[in-house]
Amino acid sequence: MSLMALREQLNVLVNSMFLEGLLDQQFRQLQMLQDASSPGFVAEVITLFCEDSERMLTELTKLLDQAVVDYQKVDAYVHQLKGSSSSVGAQNVKLACIQFKQFCEENNKEGCLSALNMVKHQYYSLRSKFDTMLQLEQRIQAYGSEQQN
Amino acid sequence: MSSPRGGDKEGGRDGERQIHVLAVDDSSVDRAVIAKLLRSSKYRVTAVDSAKKALELLGTEPNVNMIITDYSMPEMTGYELLKRVKESPTLREIPVVIMSSENDPDKINRCLEEGAEDFLLKPVRPSDVSRLCGRMRS
Repeated sequence: MSLMALREQLNVLVNSMFLEGLLDQQFRQLQMLQDASSPGFVAEVITLFCEDSERMLTELTKLLDQAVVDYQKVDAYVHQLKGSSSSVGAQNVKLACIQFKQFCEENNKEGCLSALNMVKHQYYSLRSKFDTMLQLEQRIQAYGSEQQN
Repeated sequence: MSSPRGGDKEGGRDGERQIHVLAVDDSSVDRAVIAKLLRSSKYRVTAVDSAKKALELLGTEPNVNMIITDYSMPEMTGYELLKRVKESPTLREIPVVIMSSENDPDKINRCLEEGAEDFLLKPVRPSDVSRLCGRMRS
């Protein structure tokens, strides 16, 4: 596939993520921050977000599996996840976290479990597209390096 | 924007030290973003993940022109870090900016009353960083 075709594929993918509500304008801010001095900035932030998110989802699953739920701890993790999803522009994940926080405040276990499932669903949908995005970025960068050699 | 100009490696004017900002945030994502925002404005950035590490660094590194810290952090909050800085005779002149994802007027007022230079709502934008440039400690 040509470099132009790869870039087009990446653009189409990112635009579709905006249209589907997976991403919001904060992601555009991150893209604008990427420059020649830090060509891997967006990839770095995405990777950090995914690592953090999966760690937090694991902890939330454990916490909600307890007979007596520590809602303060649950809320703390949801707050963190909401924060990092907001910083990355992960709109649907952020919105799902906002719902989740509501249920935490109400100490509603059923609501929290349902909300956790929704957050997981939104996160893994996004993760799948982020993986494709990063693969395309890598191919584009590799293409660029080959052309220089 | 009055960020340092010039052609030397550190981005400052000839003979002028580069402005050094200490960024404090327990979130790795937010740390990466705020560090990049600040470096894009040509500031030298040290990013740490806790207020405790920030205080340790401030004890050894005197040349910090601004501290920008998240409010909600485990063990020591950004507010507590702000108070410790403003209580210190050696650190009190360093402007401290607080960041938070929560638009809580009580929290904002408390920080400003304690001497915070500014309060930024996350996610922090380039325009937020631009408005800080004239308020670094010289």
